[in-house]
Amino acid sequence: MITFDGVTKRYGDGTVAVDHLQLEMATGEITVLVGPSGCGKTTSLRMINRMIDASEGQILLDGVDVRTIDPPTLRRGIGYVIQQAGLFPHRTIVDNIATVPFLLGWNRKKARDRAMELLERVGLRPEMASRYPFQLSGGQQQRVGVARALAADPPVLLMDEPFSAVDPVVRTSLQEELLRLQSELNKTIVFVTHDIDEAITLGDRVAVLRVGGKLAQYAEPATLLSDPADDFVREFLGQDRGIRRLSFIDDSGLRLRSDLTVPVADEVTAVAATAAAVESPWLAVVDEENRPIGWVAAADLPAAGTLRDVRLLSHGTFVRGKDSLRTALDAALLSPSGCAIAVDGDGRVAGVATRESLDEAMALAASATFDPKDAADG
Amino acid sequence: MDDQPLIRWDWIGRNWDTGRAGSIMSLLVDHVIMASLAIVLGLVIALPMGIACVRWRWLYQPTSGVMNVIYALPSLPVFMFLLPVTGLERATVIIPLGVYAVAVLVPAVVDGITAVPDHVRQSAVAMGFNPLRRLLQIELALAVPVVLAGLRVVAVSSISLVSVGALIGQGGLGNLFTDAFKRDFLTPAIVGIVLIIAMALIADGLLIFLQRVLTPWAKARRST
Amino acid sequence: MNWLIDFFADPANWSGSNGIPIRLLEHLEFTLAALVVAALIAVPLGLLIGHTGRGALIVVVSANLARALPTLGLLVLIVLLLGTSTVLPVLIPLVLLAIPPILVNTYEGIRGVDHDLRDAAYGMGLRGNQVLLRVLVPVALPLILLGLRLAAIQIVATATVASYVSLGGLGRYIIDGLATKDFPSVVGGSVLVAAFALAMQAVFALAHRLSVSPGVSQRLKVR
Repeated sequence: MITFDGVTKRYGDGTVAVDHLQLEMATGEITVLVGPSGCGKTTSLRMINRMIDASEGQILLDGVDVRTIDPPTLRRGIGYVIQQAGLFPHRTIVDNIATVPFLLGWNRKKARDRAMELLERVGLRPEMASRYPFQLSGGQQQRVGVARALAADPPVLLMDEPFSAVDPVVRTSLQEELLRLQSELNKTIVFVTHDIDEAITLGDRVAVLRVGGKLAQYAEPATLLSDPADDFVREFLGQDRGIRRLSFIDDSGLRLRSDLTVPVADEVTAVAATAAAVESPWLAVVDEENRPIGWVAAADLPAAGTLRDVRLLSHGTFVRGKDSLRTALDAALLSPSGCAIAVDGDGRVAGVATRESLDEAMALAASATFDPKDAADG
Repeated sequence: MDDQPLIRWDWIGRNWDTGRAGSIMSLLVDHVIMASLAIVLGLVIALPMGIACVRWRWLYQPTSGVMNVIYALPSLPVFMFLLPVTGLERATVIIPLGVYAVAVLVPAVVDGITAVPDHVRQSAVAMGFNPLRRLLQIELALAVPVVLAGLRVVAVSSISLVSVGALIGQGGLGNLFTDAFKRDFLTPAIVGIVLIIAMALIADGLLIFLQRVLTPWAKARRST
Repeated sequence: MNWLIDFFADPANWSGSNGIPIRLLEHLEFTLAALVVAALIAVPLGLLIGHTGRGALIVVVSANLARALPTLGLLVLIVLLLGTSTVLPVLIPLVLLAIPPILVNTYEGIRGVDHDLRDAAYGMGLRGNQVLLRVLVPVALPLILLGLRLAAIQIVATATVASYVSLGGLGRYIIDGLATKDFPSVVGGSVLVAAFALAMQAVFALAHRLSVSPGVSQRLKVR
């Protein structure tokens, strides 16, 4: 656990970068510090590994004041990833990753083996090992940066806007990769970003800081979206926080219908009868293994033949019990039927969420987090 | 070496301006002329060469290789190579110094022009500048600070290098050094060093001033 | 051309204390001695100033002063003040004029290392001297070598001129030849000095290739 206890950073010219920060960052979680530039988020991060020393207050690492540890020793036990990766250009990728193990006096073989293992872990091919940083793309360099930070298996990882210099597509894949890694490693990660979407995607808890280094709100992402502490946080979260909040609501409130699927082998006449019986203009078509292959409209059915002769319309799916309400809604919006097909972990149809059941679930979600105070204010 | 005073002011007074060749004043004038001609010669040759190297990229690699080699050659032997052609004349000193200047200035011209941001170049094209106008009004104008930085190096080192010419009797104030050595007499050596450094500082100052005038859009930031 | 043949074909020029091998060796000795002394002074100083950021003014001033200082004047002044009983006084200007290029380029090399790189190095837990020696120096090596190369150019040139104030070496052929109007000697000496200077350049090019990491020089093809 990392504890900020009344931490203030004041510079010689009187500027206050961080103002009496009080925070607890839980072990094994990703804590994101987010805020506009000048909010002291990077300064706060850099005070943890003493790249900057606090002016007042103390930072405790599992109860030990970091000021009592010699900075290089402290830093060797804390992974550190920065924006441009900061790879050493004169060293090969494998030696870059093995930097801290070498510093800690591991033997060459062990350090290299560990580096190779991490290279694979962050999704890079082994032949990258003997290359130099300039031969890698920005995204690859950033993966190496993460591998290097993890090399000595530090319990804590500090990440200072690590993904902000890469293009959005690469950024998304790096974010997914980080979450995958974290599910395996359970590090205590402190992550700094100015991008609220990134904060919400990655953070177990998010600390929103305002200019002048004051903590505006510290909460789980869902709470942040449903109950922003004040106008600053509300504005910082942006326009569509209602929609984004759906990402944090599971699909348990979503009622599924099981009578809206038809096998692709069915005769069209039988399909027409089913549609009439269930009173639905749309039916989801499944293959022999009960996997969804598309939608068919009752009105468009030909006079004879099986569904194999009919052109099916596009569909969207979500995984029952795993995906959020937002994914389900998205799946519904991708289908001309306006319904989302729920599948199980193996991709077999678990049921269909109709527009009515989506409506119900969203109404339920809104009332569950409905804050009477907001209503009174509004 | 007996205990002569470091500087004999009376000698300076007597030799400052006798109106004859060999007076400090006439050596000074000589020095200024030789250094100026070398600098101007260098600039006049380096500008078109640099522009050509930008226009035809493949030229730059071999050119800069040759420039590196030339720059590595000590001045004295280079003077000697010219001796059979030009004799014991000023040209023997001015031409090599001009060539050194070219060696320093060509990279400066190329760097200066290529440092012009591509979006600036593109927008000049988009606004309908033809290549010549673009070169003169945009690229060369924006290259001025880098070229002038090179020119400052060239000016200061040319002024100092002219004095080596004294070894073939054509060194401007450098002749004070050979004079001092032959007569075991300190004063001329000190006068020569002081005047040459002063001249270099003045030239440097003038070029800084010129840069401010020519590039009013840039605050004079670079100091070296 | 005939002068060259006259000079190099003369057996008298290949033996004795005024023979080409001896003069060449002298020139090499002076050059190496001055370069080593200058490097021992300027490299550590440049590293220190570049790493700590303190004393940058010294670097700028010394660079400008060295460029303006007339080598011949400095040589004459020092020899007149200290005499020529040993070669040491003559070596002083050689060293003095070699220091600034090494100092400036070492300083610039260290200063110019990407701030992120420095930050990452400290952040990984390298100590100050480890950051300097394991990260900053290897990355700044091309500029440090450039400084040494420019210093060598300066020394070779100055050592040639220094023959005027009695230093041995290849410059003797030029200076003595001028005094006695022995033009084969002048031109022959000039060729030797030029060849010597170019050989020094080749040595530095080789040193660059051997010591600079391919990751820094980006010599490798990007595949």
